[in-house]
Amino acid sequence: MSRAARLTPALALLPFLAYLTVFLLVPTVTVVVGAFAEGGRPTLSNVSALGDPVALQTLRTSVVLSAVSAVIGAVLGSLLAYLIVMGSARSLLRRFVTSVSGVLAQCGGVMLAFAFIATIGFSGTLTVWLRDHLHIDVYGSGWLFALPGLILVYAYFQIPLMVIVFLPALDGIRPQWREASVTLGASGWQYWTKVAFPLLRPAFLGATLLLFANAFAAYATAAALVSQGNPIVPLLIRAGLSSEVLLGHQHLAYALAFEMIVVVAIVMALYGLLLRRTARWLQ
Amino acid sequence: MTTSVRFRVLRVMLLAAFAVFFFGPLLAMLDFSTRGAGGGRSWDAWANLVQDPELRSAIVTSLLLAVFTVVLSLVLLVPTMIWVRLRVPWAGRLLESLCLLPLTIPALVIVVGITNVYQWVTYLLGDSALNLTFVYVVLVLPYAYRSLDSALSSIDAATLSEAARSLGAGWFTVIGRIIVPNIWTGVLSAAFISVALVLGEFTVASLLNYNNMQVVINLLGKSDANTSVAASLAALVFAFVLLMLLSFVGRSRRDAEGA
Repeated sequence: MSRAARLTPALALLPFLAYLTVFLLVPTVTVVVGAFAEGGRPTLSNVSALGDPVALQTLRTSVVLSAVSAVIGAVLGSLLAYLIVMGSARSLLRRFVTSVSGVLAQCGGVMLAFAFIATIGFSGTLTVWLRDHLHIDVYGSGWLFALPGLILVYAYFQIPLMVIVFLPALDGIRPQWREASVTLGASGWQYWTKVAFPLLRPAFLGATLLLFANAFAAYATAAALVSQGNPIVPLLIRAGLSSEVLLGHQHLAYALAFEMIVVVAIVMALYGLLLRRTARWLQ
Repeated sequence: MTTSVRFRVLRVMLLAAFAVFFFGPLLAMLDFSTRGAGGGRSWDAWANLVQDPELRSAIVTSLLLAVFTVVLSLVLLVPTMIWVRLRVPWAGRLLESLCLLPLTIPALVIVVGITNVYQWVTYLLGDSALNLTFVYVVLVLPYAYRSLDSALSSIDAATLSEAARSLGAGWFTVIGRIIVPNIWTGVLSAAFISVALVLGEFTVASLLNYNNMQVVINLLGKSDANTSVAASLAALVFAFVLLMLLSFVGRSRRDAEGA
């Protein structure tokens, strides 16, 4: 087949490619270019602004929040996934948990912030009940609206995401492997430490990285919860976008968004590597 | 047997603990949103979902956005994916990585960079919240792609199209009347997941200053927390029903294959 005959059918892909170019690639390139240019001239001043104490402290808080919520999510989420996978693959419990997980992990956003405001906010159900019956003040000085609160609410969508991501890996563990190791004289403990955990480790680490990236890029929950200050990178980007009075803040937003692309890209590249290792036996 | 019994008890207890963590806040939302003055129960906050003019119009906006996003994403994606499978298989990997790209580029980054593009969009189409459709199509792309891809993989598209072509069908007939009816469950699950995602979307709408449901829920949180909690709970339950239906759609396909 000639080269032209091979390429002609590909022309039908042009509308789709044009659409993605306009609404995905152009914005991404705009951010990258905007991070390194000002007034049409290349400059490093925007990116170097990422090194000032406020931006660094924000990045540190973001990393802590993402890492802690990713580890909590990964450990508890894989436990929940394991509890579910012990039942039948088509059980109502499994379908129910995956549906709830899908909602909380992918469409929650603002609504999850309100779920916790209704529970342990100043007049939340649990706060009021504990105050009236046990004289315990769970609200305290408003920790729900600072880093500890963010970690708690993030866990509320990270655990479900882990369930969704980790279930396929657990499904890949064949019962025959357990039978084989038992036949060869392994105890249950030996099966888990020598067979199952090593097999699941890449999937577990990969999923943890995915959770980290997910928390690092999440905006809605934090935006609804935190109204004072900008403790994490996504909120600092909001400040950069919305304060038009301060000249040059648009470029700070570009630089911060670029920082976010870099962090997420590194994490997702590692995730891809681990995924390939899992794919070897997960068929 | 005693270890297995102990194990089963442990499993139930752990599942119960997870249930408390995940359903506690949802029940608290129900309690919070039905709290009346003087300790009684009141459904005023729930009535506000249809009575409050701002919230009602935002809900309508979000529902319209969901419909437009589903239609536009399917129109873009379905013919392209079928065409790639039938005629340009060498572009399959490229298409996949492009469709999954929005998973690695956060919505927040897209918003920061999209201002110029949206100046053109508002210039050409007027200033309407429905313009958000264009970004939302990008956001739902990975999920829609996966649903459609698994449906397409489960049928023999090449043979079906060759059969239709040898009987004289044109490409439009092949795609519209042969392939699409066979991947109907995939189309349906793509639509469901897209609706659920669009109804929960906040980031893009809020930063581009458009009022969709989530933006108004967030605004109301400052003045009328009961109503915004009621709206949040309603939206979460609605999304749950959609995803639960989706799991049954997926199952009926697998069952049909097994038979």
